[in-house]
Amino acid sequence: MSTIAVKRKGLGLGLVAWLLGIVFFLPIAWMALTSFHSETDAATNPPSFGAALTLDGYREFFGTGGGASPWPALINSTVASLASTLFVLLLALPAAYALSIRPVRKWTDVLFFFLSTKMLPVVAGLLPIYLFAKNTDMLDNIWLLVILYTSMNLPIAVWMMQSFLAEVPVAVIEAARVDGARLPTILARVVAPIALPGIAATALICFIFSWNELLFARVLTGVVAETAPVFLTGFITSQGLFLAKVCAASLVISLPVLAAGFAAQDKLVQGLSLGAVK
Amino acid sequence: MTATTVAPPATQTVRTADPSKARLRAWATRAPLLPALIFMIVVTQLPFVATVVISFFDWNSLYPKARHFTGVDNYKDVLTDADLRHSVWTTVLLTVTVVLVSLVLGLLLALLLDRRFKGRGVVRTLLIAPFLVVPVAAALLWKHVLYNPEYGLLNGLLHYVGGPQPDWISNTPLLAVEASLVWQWTPFMMLILLAGLQSRDQQQMEAARVDGASDWQIFRYLTLPHLRRYLELGALLGSIYIVQNFDAVFTITSGGLGTANLPYTVYQSFYQAHENGLASAAGVLVVIGSIIIATFALRVVSSLFREEVGRA
Repeated sequence: MSTIAVKRKGLGLGLVAWLLGIVFFLPIAWMALTSFHSETDAATNPPSFGAALTLDGYREFFGTGGGASPWPALINSTVASLASTLFVLLLALPAAYALSIRPVRKWTDVLFFFLSTKMLPVVAGLLPIYLFAKNTDMLDNIWLLVILYTSMNLPIAVWMMQSFLAEVPVAVIEAARVDGARLPTILARVVAPIALPGIAATALICFIFSWNELLFARVLTGVVAETAPVFLTGFITSQGLFLAKVCAASLVISLPVLAAGFAAQDKLVQGLSLGAVK
Repeated sequence: MTATTVAPPATQTVRTADPSKARLRAWATRAPLLPALIFMIVVTQLPFVATVVISFFDWNSLYPKARHFTGVDNYKDVLTDADLRHSVWTTVLLTVTVVLVSLVLGLLLALLLDRRFKGRGVVRTLLIAPFLVVPVAAALLWKHVLYNPEYGLLNGLLHYVGGPQPDWISNTPLLAVEASLVWQWTPFMMLILLAGLQSRDQQQMEAARVDGASDWQIFRYLTLPHLRRYLELGALLGSIYIVQNFDAVFTITSGGLGTANLPYTVYQSFYQAHENGLASAAGVLVVIGSIIIATFALRVVSSLFREEVGRA
């Protein structure tokens, strides 16, 4: 092939990539545009691309239009996601240390046990958890969700951190130990600098999964501890009149995840593939 | 948790012949692992054991006094229940379709994005977005904003070309759920496969090109074998999440029109029908099915994993 033909082919494939990117993004762009339309403009066929923009959808969503306020749900989601992420890190870090830097015997078996719990469907334990919560007055309590989200994300976190900590060269640790450094110093000076980006990625993914979770939240919370996804389920049967509000709500609730995900695209890949893809 | 009381890991590495000290050292190595391990067993394994126990009882939560042991009756009921058998089939169909289609689409997109072109970073960001929308929000977007027969975007666009105006969710309910999930999961597959593509041996590719290999030959004999483990990883992780999908089924069809998968069916039988025993039996059957898939899946991961360890 001549250079010009190669260049032309490259240009063509670039255009195809752009086209597919736009097709995949179109629903989100349309949702964003609709969220700034008035309800009457939102519910038209053919769609009105050039309709006047308004913040009414957002005003409605945030409750100034008379609906229920989303703030309690947003706060609950924030608490549940942040607290469970913190607990996951506290439990997963020592575990990953014991599985990578000074591995226990049969450490691969332990690692597989963690992953296997992820394959146990959530529904298989939902009823006993519900009955337990009901009998101990833990229903509609955000801390129950925190415990469950911790268990939901812990296996993934252990896998990820195991692979991130395994990147710390043992020789360097040994050298530091020979030089008389104690464990806390080794952790802070040698392990942390290498492992911190991985730990951040782990935290990010745990946060995203907790923020997104619906089934536990739907079954185990009610009025007080309702999370943002549960709040969204209130729109499932809503009719056309609330389209702009539905779009505004979906966008606002997705915003933390979108922002975090865009900011850490590369780390996200490595994390989501349990650290196996570098 | 009681596990917080365990001793911190010992820093001493002095070798000793004393067996009691050796045992102590072994425990010190294990200690950091215990909190996580005990937590997982208590929060995930114990409830499952309880589910197994409940599955042998006839127990409707509206009539708690009538609760009694029935042996395997619940299992018989579940296995002879046409709805439940249908939801098993739905789960299989939904998972296999979504995983395969999003893998193929993801591969296509990854191959495109692996080349240099203007604005590649922007396109990549646009493509990741669907995976980052909260699943319920994504399902609402498809249900109301795209599929709605009167003012949805799909029919709006069809209107311009004078096409038909179908009622997507009523006409093809399972396909509607699958399409929304494919949209969400294709970016995930793309990300993993793109990482795979970028870890190819460039020298080997260059050598093949110099030897006159065509693009297709390079793809077929170099890229595809190299991508195999990445394809397996994507399929495995995708399956773990899609088999358990609840959000899309719950939001788009509420399990109606033959789209109820197993997670939705179990949810419904205890949350709405209050049949604790039946729901538990169904849950146990879901687990047995998952174990069969998981044994196979874990073998795949462990092969991936061995390569990983071997490289180190």
